[in-house]
Amino acid sequence: MIIKEKKLNPKLYDEDVEQIPTRNGYGEGLVEAGDNNEAVVVLSADLTESTRSEAFANKFPARFIEMGVAEQNMATVAAGLGISGKIPFISSYATFSPGRNWEQIRTTIAYNDSNVKIAGHHAGISVGPDGATHQAIEDIATMRVMANVKVFVPCDAVEARRATVSAAKIWGPIYLRFSREKTPIITTNETPYTPGKAEIFWQSKAPKVAIIACGPILHNALLAAKELEKEKIGTIVVNNHTVKPLDEKTILEVAKKCGAVITVEEHQINGGLGSAVAEVLSRNWPVPIEYVGMPNAFGESGKPDELLEKYKMKSKDIVTAVKKVIARKQDLTYG
Amino acid sequence: MEPLHDKKIKLLEEIANRIREKIIETLVEAGSGHSAGPLGMADVFTAFYFHILKHNPKNPNWAERDILILSNGHICPVQYVTLAYAGYFPLQELMTLRKLGSRLQGHPHRGSLPGVETTSGPLGSGLSQACGVAFAHRINGTKNRIYCLMSDGEQNEGNTWEAVMFAGKYKLSNLTAVMDRNNIQIDGYTENVMPLEPIKEKYESFGWHVLEVDGHNLEQIVDAVNVAKAIYEKPTLIIAHTIPGKGVSFMERDYLWHGKPPTKEEAKIALSELRTLGGKIKSEHQ
Repeated sequence: MIIKEKKLNPKLYDEDVEQIPTRNGYGEGLVEAGDNNEAVVVLSADLTESTRSEAFANKFPARFIEMGVAEQNMATVAAGLGISGKIPFISSYATFSPGRNWEQIRTTIAYNDSNVKIAGHHAGISVGPDGATHQAIEDIATMRVMANVKVFVPCDAVEARRATVSAAKIWGPIYLRFSREKTPIITTNETPYTPGKAEIFWQSKAPKVAIIACGPILHNALLAAKELEKEKIGTIVVNNHTVKPLDEKTILEVAKKCGAVITVEEHQINGGLGSAVAEVLSRNWPVPIEYVGMPNAFGESGKPDELLEKYKMKSKDIVTAVKKVIARKQDLTYG
Repeated sequence: MEPLHDKKIKLLEEIANRIREKIIETLVEAGSGHSAGPLGMADVFTAFYFHILKHNPKNPNWAERDILILSNGHICPVQYVTLAYAGYFPLQELMTLRKLGSRLQGHPHRGSLPGVETTSGPLGSGLSQACGVAFAHRINGTKNRIYCLMSDGEQNEGNTWEAVMFAGKYKLSNLTAVMDRNNIQIDGYTENVMPLEPIKEKYESFGWHVLEVDGHNLEQIVDAVNVAKAIYEKPTLIIAHTIPGKGVSFMERDYLWHGKPPTKEEAKIALSELRTLGGKIKSEHQ
């Protein structure tokens, strides 16, 4: 059951649930952060409208810097601003930033300890028709291996706004991941949100599997949990919006309670949230894990829904993964 | 800044020579590192830290300081030695270069050592960072001057040209870049590896004011920086023509000395040359 105290969107399960892209939350968050603190500056690499940096640019023109199509320079100029007391947010598609400029981020932002926020947009395969070149599915992995960097993956536009506002207040490099498509609103302003603290959104009476998800695909996990409940298979669903630092306490708690784990992310299975969870569990409390995500493949053009279907990231695929991990758990128990 | 007079020039020349000697001693102790670039830039570093820069070694983060960013971090031995002589940290600490636990990393790390403004080493990202610092000061309306020292080899990097374009667009007149035009890089002479010329015209066409100086002539270096300060509409590039390995005859102009330190024997000869100013004076001062 959905945990009432989490004050999620009551229309979460309705057919007509409101859908807004997480990038819109970024746009609103930037303006709010800009109002809060005049040190906030925004840089865009010729993608101002698409990354929703436009509202900030209009409201604070002196603190908005158009970089042109130059992601490497955007990261390094931001590094210079960050060591000079500014709080720069750099905005582009995640395949380019932190894709193309990974080394600049490593040397001049992370190792330099410059207070830069990296906003990677159009993440995941649900970018759709633009195809694999524009579908970032490695960014969580490449950012979370970098020392000094935090990784935030908000699940909806509301959380995206709060993540952006929080990022401006937290010292140090932070990677923020956003998606292009409209996705269901899961949370409200009253939903507990603290960076670094995972939240349990769904808990059945006798949970057998913990489903740990990040990003908008969390909605599919919640749909799956409801389906499974009908089949009398209890689950816990965790909104793991901060991949780094990982909330090890909550992850261990749910793993111990359930004895099996599924991770769900619109990202390569290798190196992403699933790997991060596996690292924690293998060190502390090994349980069977199944991973829902990209299976070491590139995406392709198509409608977002067609792609999620083809690459098995729909709620029915999460249901299948849950059943598979339960079977493995039983094999371990009785084998 | 105070105008240069003969007495001050002589003093600066002596400091530059001391810095060269210490670079050799430091490199021998470290057992690895770069020789040619640091020796070639000793005069430029001397001019900046002992005459041009508004700075306070006892308060490295002084808000009103001029900010000098070293882009080609591999020549850090000259920066470290200069910073030590300027009073940022004790001279003895130079002997820890590249050793475990040292504040003197093989390539500079911001936060490790006072006076080091940015992390560098991977080429082509210093000018961008200097642009970011210059832009921040423009937003704040502060008068600090921003300097970026860079190599000619790193003009190969696309990132450098993104920064050149950016500084031109935003007319960052508080930014002055100095290019160490020593004509060498690891694989050989710059014009063979990846030709840069006509480099002056390239920068000019990107909206920069460009000056050329003899990078071993302290007066010319100081004069060029003064001209740059008077250019209000553009960023300025000073192309400093230098001799790699300057002061040590067997290193001068030889790209093979780009990335290696002298052996103990070679260092002995090098130090003797530096201490006698290439045989011009007889007794070696210590």
